Amino acid sequence: MEKVEEIPKETLLEIYKTMHKIRTYEETLAKWYYEGKTPRFDISAGPIPGELHLSSGQESAAVGVCLHLKPEDAVVGTHRAHHFAIAKGVDLKKMTAEIFGKATGLSGGKGGHMHLFDAYQNFSCSGIVGASFPQAVGVGIAAKLKGEDYVAVAVGGDGAANQGTFHEALNLAAIWKLPVIFVIEDNSWAISVPKEKSTAVSKNSERAAAYGVPGVSVDGTDVIAVYEVAKEAVERARRGEGPTLIEIKVYRLRGHFEGDPQHYRPKEDLELAKQKDPLLNFEKALLEKGIVTEEELNKIKEENIKEVQEAIDFAVNSPYPEPEEALKAVFAGGE
Amino acid sequence: MARKLPMYKAISEAIAQEMERDKNVFVMGEDIGAYGGIFGATSGLLEKFGPERVRDTPITESAFIGAALGAASKGMRPIVELMFVDFFGVAMDQIYNHIAKAHYMSGGQVKMPIVITTAMGGGYSDAAQHSQCLYGLFAHVPGLKIVIPSNSYDAKGLMISAIRDDNPVMYFFHKGLMGLGWMPSPPEAAVEVPEEPYTVPIGEAKVVREGSDVTIVGVAKTVHEGIWAAEELEKEGMSAEVIDLRSLVPLDKKTLLESVKKTGRLVIADEDYRSYGMSGEIIATVVENGISLEAPPVRVAYPDVPVPYSRVLEKYVLPDKEKIINAVKSIM
Repeated sequence: MEKVEEIPKETLLEIYKTMHKIRTYEETLAKWYYEGKTPRFDISAGPIPGELHLSSGQESAAVGVCLHLKPEDAVVGTHRAHHFAIAKGVDLKKMTAEIFGKATGLSGGKGGHMHLFDAYQNFSCSGIVGASFPQAVGVGIAAKLKGEDYVAVAVGGDGAANQGTFHEALNLAAIWKLPVIFVIEDNSWAISVPKEKSTAVSKNSERAAAYGVPGVSVDGTDVIAVYEVAKEAVERARRGEGPTLIEIKVYRLRGHFEGDPQHYRPKEDLELAKQKDPLLNFEKALLEKGIVTEEELNKIKEENIKEVQEAIDFAVNSPYPEPEEALKAVFAGGE
Repeated sequence: MARKLPMYKAISEAIAQEMERDKNVFVMGEDIGAYGGIFGATSGLLEKFGPERVRDTPITESAFIGAALGAASKGMRPIVELMFVDFFGVAMDQIYNHIAKAHYMSGGQVKMPIVITTAMGGGYSDAAQHSQCLYGLFAHVPGLKIVIPSNSYDAKGLMISAIRDDNPVMYFFHKGLMGLGWMPSPPEAAVEVPEEPYTVPIGEAKVVREGSDVTIVGVAKTVHEGIWAAEELEKEGMSAEVIDLRSLVPLDKKTLLESVKKTGRLVIADEDYRSYGMSGEIIATVVENGISLEAPPVRVAYPDVPVPYSRVLEKYVLPDKEKIINAVKSIM
């Protein structure tokens, strides 16, 4: 966290606020997820049914990257995308309502947690591993053809970096010099498969060389390092100099999905994740360097808790969609 | 000796017994080793057979499913699991252009004894990319056998048949029948399963409930919904026969036609999309064989919409007992 003193305090507070908001959101959502799922875990039960992939421990990746983005810039996320959605500025109330399956949600309850769409913020995500990369390439093509300066960020995990889509999209973005930032969030686990058993190189950023693209690896426990690397990549993309691959080393604080018994995961690995917590790490640095006071942080925390609670309340109190809505909007231009 | 087993255990037991019997059988897929398969279908295999024969793969479906073809061409009998049928798009070329066609294109020189296993089905709010059935998509392609058990007895017998078959077999299991504990599953899916290996022939449907007024045709979860519907209908004086197709390819036309000839009425319960799929194929088969029905056939299938997330929306479109009852009543 050497460069923290070079960043304006206002920016540091914004970074902290967004990271803390994400953490608060995810931990609150987890509590709601287990409503109706205890004592016996039933994935179909409770106010949030289905799978839930939370991003705790990975906030630095989203915040470090998205702070450089404007609404016109696109982010294509993964199945684990709440942190990127929040950092990108997706409306928290509508997003929460979507996760609760309510009519007031981003997609009126049709999409759910893995399929969050916000056209204004140019945010989308999906449940298919590796699907983001080619889609971001397409946004890059649009920017080029329209003569606009927006950029696209494609997010994938270390598991996704073994998908053909990753390699094909990197090559396309490289040969066409497209404004795309490829972000690999390396949390070391593709569900139960550890990275060392899926990937022969230690860093996915090394793979960039195969496509003639700059590749950078950055420690995600240091949000400022991520912020700096992403700044350069976004600026480079905006200048029309082409794509960058950024690998961000993060740690998964929770299971792959909620309810994951994680019996495949050594206890030490989970302990390590707790030590590498990017939020606590940042908080500690801010306080130790005397950049902020406890009071300032507490104020931010309270604001976040309030905002998250308001989003939850909005979702809980919203109506469910009319069942017949299920049959509508398959096609554009009518029902 | 038979004992009651949930479907996931019946499947993993079948694979284990075939791996013991035949050293050419091996398994590849995502999270099939240490995790035992996200839906438990490979539980215990890594411990028994080790990482050479039970291979956890990276997320590289084109590569490991394509590799199944190469291994099969050298006499191996690979079982490859792709977690959710929804994910198959990423590896489709290897399946429909290569594995399905290699025997034919090679003039019979190359055999493809491959089992491709996958989870299907919704009803638990996993939304549009984790809830589909899509068996119709694969059944459409010549060269792939399609089996779909509705209970643990058939699950074991069909798996053993699939492994011993010299053709590629797509083996679908419905998540909502696996008996996983963390996902709802009807107790009727967990039945007595003999300990010793046995086969259920591919291409044989089963009349799971006899009746005289209407034939309800289902597969996987809709078989149970059909039986529950038949039980309700009986109270109202209607006698429904329920057929569990068990295999879509080859389709057991004989059992289907005999039943429809007897009852004169047909309702198809199909969790896959309605158009261009299983339900249409069943009706076409009946019509082509000149069976005249007493009333138009009815399809209780997934309307042609993606699977919505919100519970109320999904329930509205998912084929279930009530929809089958209404369908039967509409033609009685």
